This record gives sequence, structure tokens and C-alpha cells, in this order.
Amino acid sequence: MAEDLPLDSICRRADLYRQLRAYFAAQGVLEVEVPLLGRAGGTDLQIALMEVVAAGGDERLYLQPSPELFMKRLLAAGSGPIFYLGKCFRGGEQGGRHNPEFSMLEWYRPGFCLERLMADVAALMQRLVPGLAMASRPYAELFAEHCGVDPHRCSDAELDALVAERTRYRGQLNRDAALSLLFAELVEPHLGAGGFFVVDYPAGQAAMAQLVERDGVAVAERFEFYLEGVELANGYLELTDAAEQRARFQADNRERRARGLAEMPVDEKFLAALEAGLPACAGVALGVDRLLGLLREGGAADIADDLLFAWDRL
Amino acid sequence: MASYSTNEFRGGLKVMLDGDPCAIVENEFVKPGKGQAFNRVKLKNLKTGRIWERTFKSGESIEAADVLDTSMQYLYNDGEYWHFMDPVTFEQQQADARAVGDAAQWLREQDTCVVTLYNGVPLGVAPPNHVELAITETDPGVRGDTATGGTKPATLATGAVVKVPLFLEQGEVIRVDTRTGEYLGRARD
Repeated sequence: MAEDLPLDSICRRADLYRQLRAYFAAQGVLEVEVPLLGRAGGTDLQIALMEVVAAGGDERLYLQPSPELFMKRLLAAGSGPIFYLGKCFRGGEQGGRHNPEFSMLEWYRPGFCLERLMADVAALMQRLVPGLAMASRPYAELFAEHCGVDPHRCSDAELDALVAERTRYRGQLNRDAALSLLFAELVEPHLGAGGFFVVDYPAGQAAMAQLVERDGVAVAERFEFYLEGVELANGYLELTDAAEQRARFQADNRERRARGLAEMPVDEKFLAALEAGLPACAGVALGVDRLLGLLREGGAADIADDLLFAWDRL
Repeated sequence: MASYSTNEFRGGLKVMLDGDPCAIVENEFVKPGKGQAFNRVKLKNLKTGRIWERTFKSGESIEAADVLDTSMQYLYNDGEYWHFMDPVTFEQQQADARAVGDAAQWLREQDTCVVTLYNGVPLGVAPPNHVELAITETDPGVRGDTATGGTKPATLATGAVVKVPLFLEQGEVIRVDTRTGEYLGRARD
């Protein structure tokens, strides 16, 4: 019997890629290819890197969870605005909206502030979905509306009480995990239709974004873009300070040790590029397989509907 | 005791939760933004049949439940216990009314059932999906009425009451879906 593969996604993907490339060509943003394998892949505690051991076993490489480290080296070398449309890998991330191997659209705009990058995302999305409505609200405002507390100033005990009363998690969560769970369970379901930007994330969720002070609290210069209530893209005003970046890598590895997780190599070539000078820039990463699903009429039920060889079909 | 990590969670996996054996019904991976990943899980408490919802941090482990589904032949009911036998080892098990539950109304001697054993003791009994049983009591048949779609209650040999078409008579053997209690047709013999 012939294998049941979602063949209809072939043309839809080809058509989407044509539109994406046409948009960036018109904007003067160059497509770049970067390696899928690197000697480092970041230290993020929430990402399980997939390792590749070369024959003989004496060389260990990492499938890249995002093209970010290589793209920033290109930017520092003077590439100008660039985009990547290709594969990324994150171990263990499998579900209705995740596949461990997935396609990412990531782009960087030297000289852009976060607002200008958001306008760029909005323009691209409106090209794909003509007439798409757009809205934007700060993380804290949404959190206060649906959880009843200020996520930047409330105590850990208040968050613990919210987790116990309003979620189905039983046990102890650190502050950032509690915020993540509460946002996913109590806020995301209300983000609703159209395109929606959430801005000003808590400082603890900054990753590689700059911090800025707003109304007396440090927030991350970062946005998440939701389409029809589904998280689709994540944008940063990129951290350019090499010392601060090194400190964040080291802090991640300290936390990894504390939790009994393997420490990850720090990418010295990437840090050297930051030291040499990464131009001020804003960058965003967008999940292409999810986008394909959202562009279907009525939305896709499962990411596997738009992947010819989803994880369970390997 | 063995345990399962969230990335091993699959429908049907048997785990211990709050001291009770449960079967995983649904498992959804959630990863908000750049934050902690979670698994939203629906579990069926195998003791009470109730559905529980629980969220776990991805990577957390929970204890495996010593729960085993085995095919066993139903032997007889002694008034208090229902007796089953493993057709291979001839080992016998007795299940009480709580374990047998609604399955009791479908159990016919010699039929093969799935008996769920927890720590070696029957926890639940699932009858065959389809059973063939004789009608022991029903209103007289309405001749020729095979088309109107009307139904009437009929009591079967095991005590179950199902809705059957008007033309069926006492003594006829019918096929029933035990999951829905639905009449499927006359038994083919």
C-alpha cells in the first residue's frame, strides 16, 4: 500500500518559500546559508542540543538549534541585512506544534530598533495574509489582566499560589518557569485572532536580547508574535555587549551544573565576533512549519500535517 | 521501581499518580516562548475510571505502575467473585464487583476478556468488544416490520438490556457492541 504522506504540503511550502524570498529580495535582505553543525550551539537551559559524533568518536558537534551564532558572525564581519530559511534542530521538542527537526526563517536588520522590526514582521505577514489585523500589548499588562498580579514586581509566593490554584502543575517551579506556565495556561488562550505582538518580556526571559528599563523595571527588548493565538516568531533587539553575553553563557552553565545538566561549550568565535563589533541590529526567528499550518484554511490540527516526514514517520 | 520521563509519555502508558495507577490518555508538549517546556497530560485513574489532568515539567519522571493487561477466559461467578483463567498458564484470578464493574452485564462463560492486573490483582475487566447473546425477554415481535426503525428493550442472557428492532423474538441470538451497548445485528451462525 502506498505510504500516506501529506503531499498537498509540497506545493504550499514551495509557494510560501517563493513569497518569503520575494519579500526579502524586494527589501534588499540577502539569503545566507550557514552550517547545520557547529562546535557549539549555545547554552540555553531550555534547549536540548542534538549531538553528532563523528566516526571514530573523537569529534563532537552540535546540530544548530538556530542559525543565530553563525548569522551574527556574518553581521559582525559586515554582511549587512541577511535572512536564513532552513533547518534547525531541538532535541525532545515533539508535539502538536513541535518537531525536533524543523524549518526556521530567521532574519537580521542592522540599524533597526525593535519597533521597526515589528513593522517589518507585520508587513511580511500582511503580504501573506492580506488585511490581517495587528495589535500589540506589553507582557505585564496581559499578565495582570488574566492572572491578577504584576509579573515584574509580585513575590515568588504569589506566583506559587497562582500555579497551585489555577494550573494543574503540582510541585515547585522557579520564578521564570512559573511565569512561563501561567502565561501559557492563563494568558495565551486569550490572545485571540489576527496578528498579535507581546512586548517587554521579564528580564529573566531575555535570552540574547538587550535589557531596557521601563517604569522602573528591567525588561527584555524582545517580542513574541502570535498569529491566530499561536506563537509564531520571537524577535530581539540583539545583545551586542560581548562581556554581558559571556556572563549570560557562564550563568547558564552555572545553572546547568546546579541542575545536574551537562555544561555546553561557550562559542569563543562568536564571542570574538561580538568583541570585534556586532552592529546594532534587531533579529527575529519564525517557525515556518507552524506558519504553513496557520495559512491552511481553518488552521492545521498538527504540525505533522505540513511535514512530509514528521518525527513519527522517520 | 521503573519510572518514565515525560518524553516517553504515550497514550496507554501506565503510571502511578498520587498513589493510584493511571493510564495516560493524552500527552501535549507545550513550550511557551523561550521558557520552560511542559507536558499537559490527561490520565485515567484505573481505580476510579475518573479522568485527571496534570501538568509536568518536561524532563520530569514519574513512577511506572505495575499494571498488566492480560487476555483471560471468564469461568464463572460464585455470587461474590468473578473467576478468570489464563488460557496458557491455567492460573486463575478472582475479581470483585468493583473490578468487574459494568463489564458484568456482558460476561458469558468461556468468553475471552482483558483483565487488567495491578500488582498481580485484578483492577478492571474489559469484555470482548462484540458479544453474541440470546434474548431472554422482550415484547413479541412485530412481523414484517423491518423498515420503520422502531425499537424496543430486550433483556439478554447475561442480564444486559439493549434496544433492538421490533421484529426480533425471544430466543434469538444477537450481536452487541459492549462499548456502546448498541445492537449490531442477528448473530450469523
